[in-house]
Amino acid sequence: MLIRILGASMLVALVATPATAAHKIKIGFITTLTTPAAVIGNDMRDSVELAMQQIGGKIAGHDVEVVFADDEFNPQKGKQATERLIKQDKVDIVIGYIWSHVLLASANTVMDAGKILISANAGPSQLAGKGCQKNFFNISWQNDQTPMALGEVLNQRGIKSLYVIAPNYAAGKNMVAGVERTFKGRIAGKDMTKWPAQIDWAAELSKVKSANPEAVFVFYPGKHGPAFITQYKQAGLEGKIPLYSVYTLDSLSLPRFQQANMTGVLGTTMTQFWAPDLDNAQNRGFVSAFKQKHGKYPSFYGAQSYDSIFFVKAAIEAVNGDMSNVDGLRAALEKADFPSVRGKFRMGPNHFPIQNFYSREVVKDADGVWTTSVRDVVLRDHQDPYASQCKMKM
Amino acid sequence: MDWVLLIEQLLNGFQFGVLLFLIAAGLTLTFGIMDFVNLAHGSLYMIGAFFCATVTLWSESFLLGVVLALPAVLLVGMLIEATALRTLYARHHLDHVLATFGLILFFNELVQVIWPLDGLRVPFPARLDGTVPLFLGIEYSAYRLMIIGAGLLVAAGLWFVVARTRMGMLVRAGASNRVMVGALGVNIKLLFTFVFGLGAALAGLAGMLILPILGANSGMGEQIIILAFVVVVVGGIGSIRGAFVAALIAGLIDTLGRSFLDVLLLAVLPANAAEAAGPALSSMLIYIFMAVVLFFRPQGLFPPSR
Repeated sequence: MLIRILGASMLVALVATPATAAHKIKIGFITTLTTPAAVIGNDMRDSVELAMQQIGGKIAGHDVEVVFADDEFNPQKGKQATERLIKQDKVDIVIGYIWSHVLLASANTVMDAGKILISANAGPSQLAGKGCQKNFFNISWQNDQTPMALGEVLNQRGIKSLYVIAPNYAAGKNMVAGVERTFKGRIAGKDMTKWPAQIDWAAELSKVKSANPEAVFVFYPGKHGPAFITQYKQAGLEGKIPLYSVYTLDSLSLPRFQQANMTGVLGTTMTQFWAPDLDNAQNRGFVSAFKQKHGKYPSFYGAQSYDSIFFVKAAIEAVNGDMSNVDGLRAALEKADFPSVRGKFRMGPNHFPIQNFYSREVVKDADGVWTTSVRDVVLRDHQDPYASQCKMKM
Repeated sequence: MDWVLLIEQLLNGFQFGVLLFLIAAGLTLTFGIMDFVNLAHGSLYMIGAFFCATVTLWSESFLLGVVLALPAVLLVGMLIEATALRTLYARHHLDHVLATFGLILFFNELVQVIWPLDGLRVPFPARLDGTVPLFLGIEYSAYRLMIIGAGLLVAAGLWFVVARTRMGMLVRAGASNRVMVGALGVNIKLLFTFVFGLGAALAGLAGMLILPILGANSGMGEQIIILAFVVVVVGGIGSIRGAFVAALIAGLIDTLGRSFLDVLLLAVLPANAAEAAGPALSSMLIYIFMAVVLFFRPQGLFPPSR
C-alpha cells in the first residue's frame, strides 16, 4: 500500500515538474531570410542572437527560445509564416517585420490569437492612427517621422525646391507624406515607382534633370539603395543636385560603396533615430560586441532588433515569466522601462516610441571604414502625427 | 513641351527596349521553334550578370568579363537543354511551366550559395562612366548609349544569321513547321540545342550589359521575364522581327508612361486622384497595350507565316 502511494505520488511529480520549473518561453521572430533582402534579415537575426547570448538565453529564470521565420519579402508568405509561428510553433509573442506591407498583411493573425506583436522595423501609419491595436507595439519608429526630420533639415539648409522619388507601397507613401509634412519649399516633382520590381530609374532621373530642383529626396531600402545611388551618379547628377535620403544608406550598403570606391556618398546627410556612435552605455555595449563578433558595424535594423529583446525581457520579468498574463505584459511594455540603444525614450499612447531624431552623416571612422555618425538633434521627443487619431480599445 | 526631356526619355525607352529585345529574342525562338515555355529564361540573364561580374571584379576589365562570360552562358544554356529540358518537349505546356519554375528556384538558390547574398556590383567601365554631350545641349549617359549601340548591333547580327545563313533558314523553317523540318532529315535535336544556347547567350548578354547599372542579384530574372513574355506574345511567337518591334514599343511605352502620364492625368483629373492613379496606371500600360494588340491581332504583330 505504502509503495503504491509512493509510486503514485512520484508519477504525479513526474508529470507536474515540466509544467512549473522548466516552462520554456517561445519568441517568434519574423524577418526576411531569403532573397537578397535577407542581408537585412541576417543583420536582425545576428543582433537578436547577440542579445540572447548576452542575457544567457534566460529571462526571469525561464529558458527562452527564439524561433526565426522567413517572410520571403512577400506579404502572403509573411502571413503564412506568422500563422505557422502561432499555430504550429505555438510562440508566446511575435516580433519582427521589416516591410510595412508584410506587417499589414500579418498583424491580424497575431491580434486574433490574442498575442502581443512587436514590430522591430515597419511602422505603417495604418497601425499608428485609427487602426492602432492594444496588442500591437512598435519598437522602431513610425514611417513618417524620419522623413519629417529630413524635411526640417532641408528647411534649415534653405532648400526651396525638392524632387521626391520613392517606391509605391505603404512605407514609401508614408515617407513621402512625412517629408511633405515638414518641408516648407516647393515640391518640384514626385515619382512613385513600382515596388520592388523597378530598379532602373532612367526615366525618373531624366525628369529630375529637367525639373532641376535644389535637392532630391529618396527612400530606397535594401538593395535598391545602392542601385539608385549608382545610377544617380551615372546620370551626371551627383555633385550637381544634392541627394538626401532616408533608410537608403546604412551599415549594410556602405561597405559595398566603399568597395566600389564611390566617394560621392561620403558627407551625405540623412536623418535617423540612431547611429552606431550614439553615445550611451547600452549602445556602446551593443556596437562593440557586434563588431567584435561579426567584424562589421550593425545596421539600424539590428539596433532595433537588439532593443526588441531587452524590451520584451523587461516585460516578461514584470509578469514573472507568465506569458498567459497578456494584460500584465502589455502594461509593462507600455512602461518600456529597459536599457535602449537610443538612450532614454518613452512609449507613446498609440504604442509607438516618442524619441529623438538626429541628422547623421556618412563619414570614415578611425580605421577608415565608412559608417554613419550622429550630428544634431533635429526633432526632440518627437511623437508621430497619427497618435492623436488612436483610440485604443481595451 | 520640353524637347530635351522628350528626347532623353525616347533614348531611355530605346535603351530599355533594346535590352528587352535581347531577352525576348531567345524566348521567342524557344517558344516558337521548340514550342517550349521557358520561364527559366530569366535565370540565364541572371547567370550572365553573375559570370560577368565575377570575371570583371577579378580582372578589373568589364570587356574581358563579357568576352569570357558569353561563351560560358552559352555552355550553361546548352547544358540545361541537354540535361533537363530535352525530355520535356513532348509534354504539355503546363509541365514546361512547372519544370522551368523549379529551375528558377534552383538557380536563385544556387547563386545565393555561390555569391554574396546581396549580389555583386561592378563599377562602370572608366571610358563609359559619366555623360556625353549630344545635340541640343542634351547630356546623355555614355553607358546607356553603348547599350543601345550594342543591342542594335546584335539585332543586326541576329537578322543576318536568321535571314541569310543556312542555320537561320532551318531556324525559320522550324518556327513555321517543326514536324516538316524533322521529316526532311534535319537533325532537330542539334538545332534545338543550338537555338537554346543562342537564346541563353543573348539573355546572358542582356544581363551583362545591365550589370553596372543594376548589379547582379538573385531573382533579377523574374523582374524582367514577364515583360519579355509580353514582348514575345505581342510580337508574334517565333518572330525575331516581331520581338524587335514589340520590345522597342514596350520600352517606349513603359518609359514615356513613367515620364509623362502624371502630367497628362493632371490635365483631366484632380491632383489627388492623378497622384494616386499615375503610378498605378503607368505600371499597367504595357499590359493594356498587350491586351489591345491581342484583341485586334491575336496572333501578334508579326507572326511567322504558317
